[in-house]
Amino acid sequence: MAKKQIKGWDYSPAPESTSHIDLKKRYDLYINGEWVKPSSKKYFKTINPANEELLAEVAHANEKDVDKAVKAARKAYEEVWSKTSPSERAKYIFRIARLMQERSREFAVIESLDAGKTIRESRDVDVPLAANHFFYNAGWADKLEFAFPNRKVEPLGVAGQIIPWNFPLLMAAWKIAPALATGNTVVLKPAETTPLTALKLAEVIHDAGLPPGVVNIVTGYGDTGAAIVNHDDVDKIAFTGSTGVGKIIQKAVSGTNKKTTLELGGKSANIIMDDAPLDQAVEGIINGIFFNQGHVCCAGSRLFVQESVYDTVIEKLKHRMDSLIVGDPLDKNTDIGAINSKEQLDIINGYIKIGKDEGAEMYQSKCDIPGSGFYCRPTLVLNVAQSSKLVQEEIFGPVLAIQTFRTVDEVIQKANNTPFGLAAGVWTDKGSRIFNLTTKLRAGVVWANTYNKFDPSSPFGGYKESGFGREGGLHGLEGYLKMN
Amino acid sequence: MNKKGGLEIPDFNQSPKIDKVGVEERVARFQKRSIKKESKMQGLRMALNMIDLTTLEGKDTPGKVKQMCYKAMHLHDVHPGLPTVAAVCVYPSMVKTAANEVKGSGVKVASVSTAFPSGQAPLEVKLIDTKFAVDSGADEIDMVISRGKFLSGDYNFVFDEIAAIKEACGKARLKVILETGELVTLDNVRRASDIAMYAGADFIKTSTGKIQPAATMQVTYTMLEAIRDFHLKTGKMIGMKPAGGISNSKLALHNLVMVKETLGNDWLTNEWFRFGASSLANDVLMQIMKTETGIYQSKDYFSID
Repeated sequence: MAKKQIKGWDYSPAPESTSHIDLKKRYDLYINGEWVKPSSKKYFKTINPANEELLAEVAHANEKDVDKAVKAARKAYEEVWSKTSPSERAKYIFRIARLMQERSREFAVIESLDAGKTIRESRDVDVPLAANHFFYNAGWADKLEFAFPNRKVEPLGVAGQIIPWNFPLLMAAWKIAPALATGNTVVLKPAETTPLTALKLAEVIHDAGLPPGVVNIVTGYGDTGAAIVNHDDVDKIAFTGSTGVGKIIQKAVSGTNKKTTLELGGKSANIIMDDAPLDQAVEGIINGIFFNQGHVCCAGSRLFVQESVYDTVIEKLKHRMDSLIVGDPLDKNTDIGAINSKEQLDIINGYIKIGKDEGAEMYQSKCDIPGSGFYCRPTLVLNVAQSSKLVQEEIFGPVLAIQTFRTVDEVIQKANNTPFGLAAGVWTDKGSRIFNLTTKLRAGVVWANTYNKFDPSSPFGGYKESGFGREGGLHGLEGYLKMN
Repeated sequence: MNKKGGLEIPDFNQSPKIDKVGVEERVARFQKRSIKKESKMQGLRMALNMIDLTTLEGKDTPGKVKQMCYKAMHLHDVHPGLPTVAAVCVYPSMVKTAANEVKGSGVKVASVSTAFPSGQAPLEVKLIDTKFAVDSGADEIDMVISRGKFLSGDYNFVFDEIAAIKEACGKARLKVILETGELVTLDNVRRASDIAMYAGADFIKTSTGKIQPAATMQVTYTMLEAIRDFHLKTGKMIGMKPAGGISNSKLALHNLVMVKETLGNDWLTNEWFRFGASSLANDVLMQIMKTETGIYQSKDYFSID
């Protein structure tokens, strides 16, 4: 033994600085290239879910405000944007992408403050990926005739876009970038709990010199969204959010000429075969369910493990879970941040209670969690039945329902036995098994030996109650075009 | 399944599969840990205390070894209160010199053996090599496995050889060098790790330092997982020694993060984790001085031996 033995080692706090961000106390609506006060005169509060402190007050747009925004978008479409050459359009979009990159640190910090997601994810995933969506779509703007050969394509007009709170900036980018590239103008409503990065994006769009009215950002609650959906002069509704709201939208637009894409909920299967590289599969399970606190529509929230490796996988999974750090989203070492809102935390805890009441075998990681703010320990529900609510319903939190299976046919049946069909994951060392499973799983995205990988060039969307239409890639452009 | 010393020996053809892409992603995540302030200082001191200060050259002489031994015990006397390194690592012919120099300091003497670095010698020679080092006062033996035999699928040969050397070690702790740069795939690294641990290794070690690539984080991570699985299965702790290529503090800290998150704090002592390195110590010293004074000092303020 050397003289000095040192034992135990913990990471000192490593909080990302917030001194460089510029947040106003109060945000108005961004309509026709300027900040306008809401005719409702109402403002709502947006808080930091990690400590419940007020971040800013944000305008609550009513029908009148939405009408103003749609009129601005229509005017900009008719008079400016539809007459702007595609290569000029591309220049604006590239400019937005570059400005986002330049201000990426500020975007990342605000995203973490407002949404509770870890700075590691907002810095390394949300913000760069959002910028990449602008870059990718900018490239298509003047090449649409090559994207859709032998078709004559035209923009739709005014796109109404409603986005969720789980990836606030990234979803805004998913929606705005293809709409602009294809020559449409936009009215976008961010979620009420996470409006700030969309409003910062409005600043970037403004700085990029985009003509007034091409992008309008209106903040508010469900009534604001409804006003967009029900507005007569909107040509397209693009919605990402819950299946419940998706159904309401689908009813509202039926009988109208509005083109629609819906990207809704999911309960995606992550399947571990007995020959899989188990340690990497465990990492995939962790990324699949605990990425963004489980607030991911395509989260791998149903885990299927082949019975012969079940004990090993669960042992490794618990071991890995215990090394996850839950806490301050702004700390660079935090793995799992805060639940987005009190409402969502209540929903998640409701499901955990169902598990406990049913006497399900549960495991929660042993980590400490902060005393204030909305936090939930990573949770496993083991050996749960296909008929349990925990398997059937989307929880949208860090709760993983685990089932076993014996044969490939059985797992395909069980994986497909759900009203959803957004994503799936398959872990095996055998190529033929990958092809067999991926062709039979009814899900919009199937990952093999990885999970939650996103790229602007790859289309994303669902089967069944997970929605319809695709976003990203060439398919994502289609949703914003008339094809002749 | 066979039994050896109460352990059930698994079929090494069935060693767990490793997905390289997944390993790269996991490793990238360790590298994103932010180690600042007290945790950085503690990590740096820990790293110093885990170093096997090494000289393995054909031109080694008692003079060179004596200088290195002094450095091992007096890393940077300008700054009192620093730990010593864990051990000095030398060829068998230098063990006696080294053992005399470090006597009573707590610094161990490790000796490479078994026809290091190639291992291309008959078992009898390897046994004699090992016994010579142990008799000369080595506390630890760093053996190499027969990579040729391993790659031609003769796992029993590799296993038996390690077991035989372990016996020859007596009280000395045995580190088994896999020379991962020659094994090439992570599947092979995992299988060789399993063989070494079941055959009686006290430590598994990545490389001789003579072959590139050496201790990449991907390889070390794969070996740490093997150690964790072995511990879960048998309750026995095995040590880990990445060697070769870890020349700066940042990489050393990333390695410690990896150990902590894969095996836990229990492994964060020089009883269970070592760095095989010759130039790491000075970079760590430089970082410690920078952290304390806020100023980077020139390399000339740190003795090379």
